[in-house]
This record gives sequence, structure tokens and C-alpha cells, in this order.
Amino acid sequence: MSLMTENIKTLLGPAELKEESLSTKVKRFVGDYGILIFFVVIFVFLAVAAPNFLTLNNLVNVVRQSSIIGLIALGMTFIMITAGIDLSVGSVVGLAGMVFAMLAPASGGAFWLPLIAGLAVGLLVGFLSAAMIVWGGILPFLATLATMAIARTAALVITDGQVVSGLSGPAEWIGSGFIGPIPVPVIIFLLAAMLCEFVLGRTKFGSHVYAVGGNEESAKKVGISTGRVLFTVYLIGGVTAALGGLVLTARLDGAAPVAGTGYELQVIAAVVIGGTSLFGGVGTIRGTVIGVLLLGIVMNGMNLLGVSSYYQQGVQGIILVLAVLLNRWKSD
Amino acid sequence: MTDAPPTTAPLVALKDIHKTFGAVSALRGVSIDVQPGETFALLGDNAAGKSTLMKVLTGVYQPDRGSIEMDGKRTEFPTPSASRDKGVEMVYQDFALADNLDVRTNIFLGREPQKNILGPFLRIIDRKKMEAETKRVLERLDIPINPRLKVKRLSGGQRQAVAIGRALAFDARLIIMDEPTANLSVAKVDKLIEVTQRLKDLGIAVIIITHRLDEAFAVADRFAVMRQGQVVGRFRVGDVTEAQVAHLISHGTLDDYVDTGSGIPEDRRKIGSTSSIAVVGSMAAHGITTNGSGS
Repeated sequence: MSLMTENIKTLLGPAELKEESLSTKVKRFVGDYGILIFFVVIFVFLAVAAPNFLTLNNLVNVVRQSSIIGLIALGMTFIMITAGIDLSVGSVVGLAGMVFAMLAPASGGAFWLPLIAGLAVGLLVGFLSAAMIVWGGILPFLATLATMAIARTAALVITDGQVVSGLSGPAEWIGSGFIGPIPVPVIIFLLAAMLCEFVLGRTKFGSHVYAVGGNEESAKKVGISTGRVLFTVYLIGGVTAALGGLVLTARLDGAAPVAGTGYELQVIAAVVIGGTSLFGGVGTIRGTVIGVLLLGIVMNGMNLLGVSSYYQQGVQGIILVLAVLLNRWKSD
Repeated sequence: MTDAPPTTAPLVALKDIHKTFGAVSALRGVSIDVQPGETFALLGDNAAGKSTLMKVLTGVYQPDRGSIEMDGKRTEFPTPSASRDKGVEMVYQDFALADNLDVRTNIFLGREPQKNILGPFLRIIDRKKMEAETKRVLERLDIPINPRLKVKRLSGGQRQAVAIGRALAFDARLIIMDEPTANLSVAKVDKLIEVTQRLKDLGIAVIIITHRLDEAFAVADRFAVMRQGQVVGRFRVGDVTEAQVAHLISHGTLDDYVDTGSGIPEDRRKIGSTSSIAVVGSMAAHGITTNGSGS
């Protein structure tokens, strides 16, 4: 900052007294609410253009289809706010789902046992990533590239590459059951989202997640145990990815060792569309939920309108670029 | 030493501190003491040992030998938080703020006040309390800043105020400022002088670590000059000239000092004070002694 502007600021007093030009205000508004506005516009368009879009059945279906990517995206949001990334989530989906499917028939009535085993797999992979990042000083991108490969290999090896199918009734319920009119995956996703929103937005830990992402050195100097914060976010990321894997397995009534391949990129796209910065320090759970649901209604709408599925990835890409451009205008 | 032995117990006294890193002796028997409410400057070039000494005082390093006393009682600072619990706060050169967070969050970063919502097991950050306290400490500094403003939108001086406010919010008795003007523009240095005066009025002692003479002369009551891990001189401001201190910093002794009248190297006096001119004017008359060995 030049001396000149510094002095002008002094004359003007505290920064909040600065007059903002109208164009800045418009930019800020578009930057802050652009994705939400975009979401509403698409929603209204589809409600008019696609006859079956605005039915309770279809909307519930959209959320159900989005819930797996959504669950994974919750943990990814924590990680990306610390300026990290987790490429292993797709492999965790595959491995956790596989462990769940292998144990589910054997355990009979006690379906929470394979559930816990599946979640433990997520914790284990998250722990491995975090250990490499925090203790080994390895960049998150590389550390989780390694755990991505390791977890995928583990999923292939334990079944010798075979598909496992046929879960017991209660395990299947997680994927296709209902509580009242609402599918169980939707309930799991919404509860997890509310819990994450609370932890990130209201607790001391959440505040430290933002601090680590904003300035890790400063966070250390004020006495925050940055290693513990980083460990925790990768454990959260592992658990939410594993939860996604369990829901996927339960819904398909079986697990393939290659399940979840490529999910990491869809998840990262959804989180970025929701306003989280790859550079860390910025992002919210509610933003991520909107990002996930936006991609969900767009895919759903294209199906309803009979657009060839070849176009889906391209459209996702365009939305991603749009979101990144909008995020530049976000207010500080 | 020219400063008279204090009549009351010093707030903090570091006694005969030694610290070695491998083959390097960073501190070789350093003693300083700071009185309650006093502004004390620690002068010296890079690698003189100023920062190491302050890291001993803030509990980041443990001394190999020597002791720390507070209020005349021997104490130990095994961790940074132990030192902070006793009211010793550090204001870092880079201010140690997180740009992406607002003012109130930065002030309480790492020490957030919490309130129970479902018994003691479910606790959330008490933002109302943070906001009220933030307003209170910034008012005490007479630098009002909106507590909800993100730090990235603040000027250098405002950032420093937030960093100092962080110390005030936790009832600091001693605030250590590391190179406080390094990240400020010239215009802000006068504000720093004002702020240290205000801290003095609040009865808070300040140690300023600096290699700028004019800064030390402008704000300090007393100062110590460090060189190569030892204290080579202790003075009350007014007892020596800037030129003499500059000589001491670079040579470690005043025995061979000759008043050439050419004054001080430009880089040491550039930053802004006006009061040092009066100091320079009034002082050549004063005799000075140094204790070259440090302690």
C-alpha cells in the first residue's frame, strides 16, 4: 500500500466510513449472493420448463441423489478452509463401502457393527493423510494422492477385485429406507450438514479452522495447536467420505471396489461452487449445501428435459467457472 | 550503570540468562529489569540476542542458566501460555493476525470466551462478549474500529491497534512489542508514541524491541543496548546521545568513542521522531558509564 493511500485512509478515519461506489456495491452483492440467485433462477426455470420438476417426489429425489456427494462435501469444506485438499475421498467411499458390504450379511441383526467398521476405515485413511501432512510435512495434495491410491488398492485387494452384493435388510435401509415421506439418506445428509454448520460456525474449533486457513503462522503464535486442528479436519473428511460410501453401498445393495472413482473432483467442484476458496480461510457449510444442490437440480433438470447425458460434465464445468468468477466479487 | 537501583521490586527481572543453540551462544549472562508502568527499550543490531531474550521471557525458550522474577518472586515460564497467564503479552512484528477473520475474532483468537448451551459439554463461542470486550479495549486505546470488520480491510496502524488490543483484553501487565514500527508507515509512528503513552497511563509496562534509535529515544524511559548476546549498556533516556548509542551498538563499548559531530548513520534515525533532537541537544554534557561485561 502506498504511503499516499495510507495517509488518505488516516484522514478518512476508520475503514468502514469509506464510501463505496455503486458498482462496488453491486459487485459485492452479486459476489455474495450470486450462486444463491443463480440457484433460484435455475429452480424457477426448471419449475416452468420441466413439467415433473416441481413435485415433492422429484425434489426429494434430487436431494437423495445429491446426498452422497453432499456428505463428502461437508468434510471437504472443513479441509479446504484450512487451505488443504483431500483427493482420497473417492477411494474412501469405495473402501468403506466395501468393508460395510462384506461385514453386513455376516453380522445379522447387529447392523451397526459393519457401520462402525466402515466409518473406522474413513477415520484410518483420514489419520494416514493427516499424519503425512502434519508430521511428515507433505503437501496435502500429494499426501492425499498417496492415500487415494492406497485406499483404492486396499479395496481391490480385500475382494480380489470382485463385487460384493446382497446386504441384510437393516443395512439396506440406510440407502433405501424412509422415515415418514423422507428418504433416510436425505435425513442423514441434512443432520450431518446441520451438525457441521454448528461446529464450523459456532464453536471454538470452527473458529480455529478458519484461523489456520487464514494464517497458520499467526494461529501458532496465538497458541492454537494447528497440528491438532489439521488432524481433526482430515478425520472429519475421512468420516464424512466413509458415510457417503455406506449410503452408496446401502442404496446399491452392494459394493464394487471401484465405487466412488472420480468423486473427489465432483466434490471439490461443489465445494468451490459453494464459495469455499482453494487458498483457505473462506467458506461455509450452507454455501457447500447450495453448491451441491445446484449441481443436483441442474443434472436432474437436464434429465427431465431429455438433454443427452453427454452434456452433463460440460455443464458442470461451465457452472464451476461461473462460480469462481462470482467468488472474486465477494465482499471481504 | 546510571539508573539508580529501584526502590520497589521490579515487575519483571531477568537475571544472568544464558542460552546456547548448539555451538552458538545466543545469550551470555543477560540481566534486565522492568519497573511497573515503565517503557523499556531493548536496542541492538540483528543477532544481538534481543529476540532470543524475549522468547525466554515469553516462555518460548527455556534458559540454560539464570532466573526470571516477577514482583520480586522467582518464577518459571515453561510454556507461552504460562507466561501469558502471568500477564506477559507479546505483540509480534507481523502482528500475528488472520486477515480473513474479523477484529473481535482476532482479538480473542486462541482464547475465545465460551458459553454453555447444553451443560458444560456443548459450548459455543460467546460472540456478544467478544464484541463488547473488543469495543472496550479499543476505546481504552482511543482507536475505535468496528469489531466486525475483517482485518484485511484495516490499515497498518489499525492492525497494530488490534494486536495491542489483544494483549489488553487479557489484563496484560507487560506488553512486549517486537519492532513495532517495522510494518508501519512514517505517519503511523507518531500514533505508536501516543499508544505507548496511553499504555503507560494505564499502568502497563512495555518492552520495545528495536534497532531504531529514534524510536527508542521517542518512547522509552530507559533502555538497554545488546550486542553479541550481552548487555553492553543501560541508560535512562537523556543520559546519552543517539550518536553514542549508535557507536555502542556497533562497537560494544564507548571507550573509543569520539564525538565527530557527524552524528548518526542515516538508516538508524530515518523514522520519524521529533523529540530525539532535543535529546541530542541536551546531552553531550552528561557523563556516561557503561558496563561492558553485561552483568
